[in-house]
Amino acid sequence: MARALGLAAVTALVAAPWILPPYHLTLLLPALGYSIALLGLNLLFGTTGLLSFGHALFVALGAYTAAVMTTHLGIKAFELVLAAAAGVAAVVAVPVGLLCVRYVKIYFGMLTLAFGMLFYSFLYKFYTLTGGDEGIRVGRPTLLGQAFEDLDKVAFLTGPFYYYALGLLGLAALGMHRIVTSPFGLCLRAVRENPDKAGSLAVGVRSYRLAAFVVAAVFGAVGGTLLAVPTGLADPLLAYWTHSGNLVFMLLLGGFEHFLGPLVGAVVFIFLQDQVMSLTPYWRFVFGVILAVVVIFFPRGLMGLLAPRARAA
Amino acid sequence: MLGGVFHAAVLFLVAAGLQLVFGVQRILNLACGSFYALGAYTGVSAVGWALGAGLPAPLFVLVLLAAGVALAAIGPPIERLLRTIYDRDEAFQLLLTFALVLMLEDVIRFVWGTAPVQLGGVYLVYGQARIASTTVPVYNLVVIAAGALIALGMGWFLARSRFGRIVRATAENREMAEALGVDMSRVYVRVFTLGVGLGTVGGALVIPATAAMNEMGIELIVEAFAVVVIGGLGSMRGAAAGALIVGVLKGVAIATWPEVEMLAIYVIVIAVLVLRPAGLFARATA
Repeated sequence: MARALGLAAVTALVAAPWILPPYHLTLLLPALGYSIALLGLNLLFGTTGLLSFGHALFVALGAYTAAVMTTHLGIKAFELVLAAAAGVAAVVAVPVGLLCVRYVKIYFGMLTLAFGMLFYSFLYKFYTLTGGDEGIRVGRPTLLGQAFEDLDKVAFLTGPFYYYALGLLGLAALGMHRIVTSPFGLCLRAVRENPDKAGSLAVGVRSYRLAAFVVAAVFGAVGGTLLAVPTGLADPLLAYWTHSGNLVFMLLLGGFEHFLGPLVGAVVFIFLQDQVMSLTPYWRFVFGVILAVVVIFFPRGLMGLLAPRARAA
Repeated sequence: MLGGVFHAAVLFLVAAGLQLVFGVQRILNLACGSFYALGAYTGVSAVGWALGAGLPAPLFVLVLLAAGVALAAIGPPIERLLRTIYDRDEAFQLLLTFALVLMLEDVIRFVWGTAPVQLGGVYLVYGQARIASTTVPVYNLVVIAAGALIALGMGWFLARSRFGRIVRATAENREMAEALGVDMSRVYVRVFTLGVGLGTVGGALVIPATAAMNEMGIELIVEAFAVVVIGGLGSMRGAAAGALIVGVLKGVAIATWPEVEMLAIYVIVIAVLVLRPAGLFARATA
């Protein structure tokens, strides 16, 4: 069941450029970026049992890395941007994670929120470094050494960049699948289910939580770079706590217990947001109601409805 | 400096509401900032209406208080919604209050629009006072006094009154309190409503000094979080001390080095969490 669904999802995403009009493809792009970020978030929440309300920090970190490299440093190669974003995220995540994983539950959530807002206020207030509320522009990157100069922006985004992002999501999903099915992933689940017992079985609870935190951060940053290219901008709101909240919302909507949950959540969230926003300026209210309904009645998300007995991711 | 104390007084009210609800119901209410915003907007409307109806201007502060208290009526229905998830994981409770944040933000947008709303002309109705070579609007002093009074009142209420004792007993040990015949659902409704009321009164009181904006709720909640982390989750004295620290720090930072205004607060939050994880005034639990 899970495999068939996964196959259907992959086929649909690969075929999308032939089927969907460019407008919907440009909507799929952020969904791909969010999917990668959510894969990371789900390693923390779904697998390790830590709810981060500051995951947007790393998404913003990725976006700003892309902005600084393409605009200020003139480095256009997207592979380098990705590597740098992942590296920066890991470097930031280690000290932040060291502090955060000392806590669990609500305290972990609050502390991650505080760090996210710390980064937000840095981005917002240090105008000369970060461009303040205007952010930094993100230039068009080169993909695998190709500049695609003959393509206009939409053609570039919906053509090469779409497949690049999709390929990256595929790699990220494979990588994450390896992680959650590895002994390491098993230990993370043990840490979630019963930290004391895991500890007594010589699983270093904190170091496992830290490792999950760092991996999640790297995925978040990679997702963030993908988000920044289509919008062409990295701005402080990417790090705001409501953005973190939306990330958790997407994850819950898709279903945190299922491996495909992040992908489903991101795609459904983005398309739903587009639809509702075109219907009413009060889309937040609608989304609040949706979130409340999901939390109260369908805490296992859309994938929980589709695949009730799926393996926990 | 005094501006900081004024901010601290308002912040205390919101943080106290957050503490009360967390202490008893174990729910970290992200929406308490939204109650604050709702209180602010309602305060503007209520005073505008009252002045239009011929109320003498100096009485406006009573109208604000009344508006804040009346608005606490949204507490029970919201508590009813939260009741569906009391037995769930904290993550879901947090998310449900996040859903409330989204909804209330648009309720405000729907009723009052997106432009900032201001209460013109009453801020300086009590005149200005000179304290140590600076002038301070007397209204600020009124709010500081009100905040201090409410703090003392809450302290007395929790320590001495029958309901306060029940609240503390529930916070201490839910099952035991229930076993001794406390009707938990009634306690929850009242506590939550009181928490909402503290937030809405705080919002209503701040409004003569500033404009009501769509973002004010989601901005304040982060400061309120900082307050409860510094003070310790669930502690009233902690809320008061934390609010003073954050408010004064913010006031000083704005006056001296505006770039670090929020940064300084988060640095203190993180420092407190590292050095005294349970907060400055926490009880041994948590």
